[in-house]
Amino acid sequence: METRRVVLRFPKHLLDKPITSQLVRQFDLEFNILRADITQESEGLLIMGLTGKKANLEKGLRWAREQGVEIQPLSKDVVRNEKACTHCGACINVCPTDALTIDLETRDVIFNANRCIACELCVPACPFRAMEVAF
Amino acid sequence: MKEAFTVPKTYAEINEKIRKGQAVVVTAEEMIDLVEEEGVKKAAEKVDVVTTGTFGPMCSSGAVLNTGHSTPRMKISKAWLNDVPAYCGLAAVDLYIGVTEPQQDDPLNTVHPGQFRYGGGHVIEDLIARKDVRLVAEAYGTDCYPRKALDTWINVKTLNQAYLLNPRNSYQNYNVAVNLSTQRDIYTYMGVVKKDLGSASFCSAGQLSPLLNDPYYRTIGIGTRIFLAGAQGYVYWEGTQHSPSEARGENGVPKCGSGTLAVVGDLKDMDTEFFRGASMLGYGCTAAVGIGIPIPILDEEMARYTAVKDADIVAPVVDYSHNYGHNEGKPLGYVSYAELKSGTININGRDIPTTPLSSYRKAQQIAGILKEWIARGEFFIQEPIQLLPTPDTGQKFKPLKERPVSGGVA
Ligand code: SF4
Ligand code: SF4
Repeated sequence: METRRVVLRFPKHLLDKPITSQLVRQFDLEFNILRADITQESEGLLIMGLTGKKANLEKGLRWAREQGVEIQPLSKDVVRNEKACTHCGACINVCPTDALTIDLETRDVIFNANRCIACELCVPACPFRAMEVAF
Repeated sequence: MKEAFTVPKTYAEINEKIRKGQAVVVTAEEMIDLVEEEGVKKAAEKVDVVTTGTFGPMCSSGAVLNTGHSTPRMKISKAWLNDVPAYCGLAAVDLYIGVTEPQQDDPLNTVHPGQFRYGGGHVIEDLIARKDVRLVAEAYGTDCYPRKALDTWINVKTLNQAYLLNPRNSYQNYNVAVNLSTQRDIYTYMGVVKKDLGSASFCSAGQLSPLLNDPYYRTIGIGTRIFLAGAQGYVYWEGTQHSPSEARGENGVPKCGSGTLAVVGDLKDMDTEFFRGASMLGYGCTAAVGIGIPIPILDEEMARYTAVKDADIVAPVVDYSHNYGHNEGKPLGYVSYAELKSGTININGRDIPTTPLSSYRKAQQIAGILKEWIARGEFFIQEPIQLLPTPDTGQKFKPLKERPVSGGVA
């Protein structure tokens, strides 16, 4: 099993087609939508994590491309410098995907890289510059 | 407030116990449970010292540095440390570097929100980390101080004196910042606050915070020995804006800002784990300072105070899109730290997610270290040599009353 985070762009004419659900059913994949938007050009933007067997992932993504969906892997990664992080929590409100949350029991700030869409909003919002862009 | 206490203890008795390794020390969190389980009287008898802690952005911090004299000598009149201007109107080679000072060529907010990547707080952090810091200085030259220019590396290890001298730290309580504007997110010293009541920032360790555990400053005063950024430091004065006469709850805890402390301590003994330069997007540079204060349990009253819990401490919710900046309006309401720490508060019927700026995890760490120091007999309790102004002085933080100058610029 492996997980890939991908950015999918749907042209207008594909917006009402059940592509995601077919992708999941036909290729036995699990998905986790990190962000879904309709852009100004009325194009659909979907950032998601897809989990499944490697071969199925590849087949599925190839199939979606053939349907006209533009697919890019999330190329950048945002990582947390654990030494710099003070676990204050100042970053949690800017994160659009809940990749940064606070554990209400321990008061630790948890960074869940699987939910991160590398939007970089947390990078300048962290007072200690603990969130870094890695290419 | 005067009652007959059943178990009064003195500072000397507590210190004697610390010396013998017999003092009972608990953190302010542990004290809550203890008082709940055994009652105030038993807890007061049992416990000698309660430790507190806080770690959050604290403007009004800075460091005094004496660089020693160069050859030939120089009376520094302008100075930069890693390109951050330092104040030198003190003497020939005494400098003061303040945490909110940005780097010389910082673009500030010309492209809003500015990033403020490096400032005085970062210089101090680098000094504490024992990194070399570049000192560039200028002077006009005198007969006794002929030199006019200097460009050299300095290191905290070789400075004569290097001490943190913070005019205002450890705010007793603080505002909760929200944004009523429907138009835009705002960038404040309380972090990014999202538009249309989209988030609420708060900045206190609540039940662990030093002055919330000694609301009337009975044991925290001038001379109190404290944990300051990993070293032993002292309270040297009331902090600027110290405002004891604010509204208080029945438990004596102020419902807004109120008390503050001025603190001092040796940079050479500090640890960057507990002092960090900080960059507040669109606002500026500052630093986060770790402070821990031991509170001697002299009697039942102190046991009761130190058992204060988040649910019993409230803070005002203030609009920072307009009201705060313009000194207008009233708080939108009051919420407790228990609510703030639950992740959501309710204001005007709306659920607002909360954002902490102060690290509770570090506050716990600090209270824990201080507890260990005392238990190991390495840290003694110092009785204040003078108390801070209390609520009965009527002292309150006043706004500036402007008196226009004829022909002035404003
Ligand atoms: S704002 Fe920065 S330091 Fe604070 S919890 Fe988030 S990543 Fe850590
Ligand atoms: S880059 Fe930061 S703000 Fe954006 S999704 Fe990742 S963790 Fe959240």
